[in-house]
Amino acid sequence: MLAKRIIPCLDIKDGKTVKGINFVNFRDAGDPVELGAQYSRAGADELVYLDITASHEGRKTFTELVKKVAAHISIPFTVGGGINELNDVDRLLSAGADKVSINSAALRNPGLIEEIAKHFGSQVCVVAIDAHFEADGWRCYLNGGRVPTKKQLFQWAAEAESWGAGEILFTSMTHDGVKDGYANDALATLADMLHIPVIASGGAGKMEHFRDAFARGKADAALAASVFHFGEIGIGALKQYLHEEGINVRL
Amino acid sequence: MDVAIIKYNAGNIYSVSYALKRLGVEAMITADPERLCKADKVIFPGVGEAKTTMEYLKEHKLDAVIKELKQPVLGICLGMQLMCRHSEEGDADCLGIFDTDVKRFIPQAHADKVPHMGWNTITDVKGGLFDTQLENKFVYFVHSYYVPVNEYTAATTEYILPFSASLHKGNFYATQFHPEKSGPAGEAILSNFLKL
Repeated sequence: MLAKRIIPCLDIKDGKTVKGINFVNFRDAGDPVELGAQYSRAGADELVYLDITASHEGRKTFTELVKKVAAHISIPFTVGGGINELNDVDRLLSAGADKVSINSAALRNPGLIEEIAKHFGSQVCVVAIDAHFEADGWRCYLNGGRVPTKKQLFQWAAEAESWGAGEILFTSMTHDGVKDGYANDALATLADMLHIPVIASGGAGKMEHFRDAFARGKADAALAASVFHFGEIGIGALKQYLHEEGINVRL
Repeated sequence: MDVAIIKYNAGNIYSVSYALKRLGVEAMITADPERLCKADKVIFPGVGEAKTTMEYLKEHKLDAVIKELKQPVLGICLGMQLMCRHSEEGDADCLGIFDTDVKRFIPQAHADKVPHMGWNTITDVKGGLFDTQLENKFVYFVHSYYVPVNEYTAATTEYILPFSASLHKGNFYATQFHPEKSGPAGEAILSNFLKL
């Protein structure tokens, strides 16, 4: 049976790992390659490296980092941040990434999803959606959660799938950093609606939250950052717990 | 040991060479028939689409070369599918090393997502790539097409239906999953291949 995946996410700025609390105020959490290797040994199923440096120089540093990750780590990894065109995708896949995650660029130009799917296959194209729960529903945001759009989560996720997205990575900005659980109702709606895997993101604080994202939110994978980076939850212990709770995970 | 990775228009063939490097083997990535024939081991990796890749192989006369290889050959993912007779992906005639066809997954329920992507277990493992410790281990898959269980099946995985996770016939070995991305289990499989 296909296992549910646990995915640590590493935010990278100038070649180092950081994690935002509600998308601002970064704290340092170590060397990205070593951290990724540790997670891999502990039983992480995939890794996500998100480049939050916007500068041209920073992007070059990130590509070098992707090469190092590919050389050292024997599990799949996704890279995201600053991907605006097909050339960026080509550069990162050539550096050894397995998948790319696109966010703002897809909202601005959904055709990019189709281009990526056509050139490299749907499976490499993860569409990341940052959404915040507001009076009129789940609003999608651009630029790392800074710029609101008119798009609604469910409508945009369905569109992204029809353009050729291989997976949806849904981050609830409402839950992110709060450590009170994932947005399980919205996740379950996405899972029922879509025909591609959904990755839950934002809100993990306790092991139970992962169980709920799988059991109630019907997510295919759960992503988290700070609970792993600061050692609050060990990946080995988490997977053992999920196994005991009847969730199919790779042990 | 001289290990060659067949170079063609596939994405991410470098991850295989990285994985070999982690096992202490420096592989050469080449499309040169002479070097392929002389290598101790040949790996035929694959990420891409069946029809365009077969056309590329034919154009570069690599199709005949691969079929005639006598040393241990390991096809990975699309590499394995191209070693079969025919693929529904682009209605492509393939190399015909394994006398079986490649079919598209047809979802039977809402939970059946295609591609089959992620970690799944291998069972009924046999042949040189596997030892008994690998029975029921999780390995990493990404594919929309599959090879049904047949006389060459060397490992089975269940997704929508039981399918061939691995094939073996003579000096030809193949995995539908990516050993280079399958953590310690994948490293054990690659290491077993290098020992053949």
